[in-house]
Amino acid sequence: MACDQWRGKLDAYLDGELAPAEAGAIGAHMPGCASCAADALRRVQLKRSIAAAGKRYEPSAQLRVKIAKTIAAKPQETPRWGWRILIAPALAVLVISLGVNWYSGRETSRRQRLYGELADLHVGALASTSPVDVVSTDRHTVKPWFQGKIPFSFNLPELQGTEFTLLGGRVTYLRQTPGAHLIYQLRKHEISVFIFADSGDATTAAASNGTRAQSFNMENWSQNGLRYFVVGDVSAEDIQALGRLLRDAG
Amino acid sequence: MPDQRLTASTFEDLALPLLDQLYNFARWLTQDASEADDLVQETYVKALRGFSSFQAGTNFRAWMYRILRNSFLSSRTGMKTMVVFDEEDSNTVPATASASPESVLLAQANRQLVQEALEQLPVHHREILLLCEVEEMSYQDISEALAVPIGTVMSRLFRARKALREILQAKLKGDRHGL
Repeated sequence: MACDQWRGKLDAYLDGELAPAEAGAIGAHMPGCASCAADALRRVQLKRSIAAAGKRYEPSAQLRVKIAKTIAAKPQETPRWGWRILIAPALAVLVISLGVNWYSGRETSRRQRLYGELADLHVGALASTSPVDVVSTDRHTVKPWFQGKIPFSFNLPELQGTEFTLLGGRVTYLRQTPGAHLIYQLRKHEISVFIFADSGDATTAAASNGTRAQSFNMENWSQNGLRYFVVGDVSAEDIQALGRLLRDAG
Repeated sequence: MPDQRLTASTFEDLALPLLDQLYNFARWLTQDASEADDLVQETYVKALRGFSSFQAGTNFRAWMYRILRNSFLSSRTGMKTMVVFDEEDSNTVPATASASPESVLLAQANRQLVQEALEQLPVHHREILLLCEVEEMSYQDISEALAVPIGTVMSRLFRARKALREILQAKLKGDRHGL
C-alpha cells in the first residue's frame, strides 16, 4: 500500500523534482523497504547508463571556428567598399542608388505579395463554413491538436483578464510550408495569428513594426525559430496588444 | 540569468559554452555528422538574430535547445521522423522480479548497447532522455525546451524510460541466445 504510493513518484524523486517534504518521506521509507530500494537502484542505474551513453559526439574543429565566426560577426559592420566611392564618386553613387531603388522596389513588392497572401488566408478562413478545425477557447486543447500536424511546437498565451478570446485553429499553408492558423476574437472582430517555422527570409523580417495592407493591420516578428504574423481589421494598437501577449507566451 | 543588457558580447558569453552539448544533441537528433553541423550553425544564426526577443530571466539554455529543436523539426530529416504520438496512453510499468536489464548493464558497462538502444527510440523519446539525463535539465527547463507542459514532460519521460528498458531487455535476451 505504502509502496504503491511511492512507486509512481520514484522517477520524480530520483530526478530531484519532488517537493522537500515528499522527498524526505520517500527517503525515510526506502531503508526499511527492500523492494522500493531495489526499484530505486534499478532506476538510478538506468539514469547513469543513459547519461554515460548519451555523451557521445563532439563538434569538429571546423564547426567551432565557424560558430565563433558567426557569433563574432557584428550585424552593423561598416561597409568595406567605402573607399571605392572616393575613387569614382559619381559613378558609384549612381550605380548604388539605382541598385538600391531596384532592390527596395523588388523587396517591397515581394513583401506586398506576402501580406496579400496572408490577408487572403485570413479572409478565406473566415468566409469558410468551418473557419476552424479545432473549435475551442482553451489553449490547452488547441495547442496539442497541432501536434503531429505541423513540424514545430509553440506556446499560446493565457487570455484571462484580456478582451481577446481564442476561437480555435486550423492547419494552413503559405508557400508550400505548413503552419498554424489561430483565430482570436476581439469585440466581434476576428484576428488571425499565423505561425510558421522561420525560413530566414528577409522579406518577412523587413517590416516588423506594424503594416497596413488591404485595410488590414498586420504585425510580424521572429521568436524561437518561429515567425508569427498577426492579421486583422482591428486597430494597430489591438494587433500590437495581441502580439505582445503571444510574444510573452512564446 | 543575470544579464539585463542583451548585447552581442553577452550572447557570445552565454552561447559559446553551449556548443559541445548542443552539437551532441543535434547529432543524436539527426544521426548524421554534416546535418548536425548545419543544424548547429542554423541554430546559432537564428539565436543571434532573435536574441533581442530573448527575455532576461528566462532560461537561455532551454531557449537555445528550443530553437535547435524547432529547426530540426522543420528540416527534411525532422519532417520524416515526426510522428503522431499518444500522450494520453497511461500504462504503468509492472514491477518485474526477474533480472533487470540495468543490473546486467552495470556489470557489462555496456555503453554501446545503450547507445544502440537510444538510436532505436523514436525521436521524441530519445530527445527527452538526453535532456533529462545527459543535460540534467529540470522538468521546468525541459518543458521550456520542448514547449510542452510539465505534466507532459513527466508522462513522456516515463514512457521513454519504459521504451528504452524494453529495447534493452530484448537486446539482452537476443545476446544471451547468441543472436
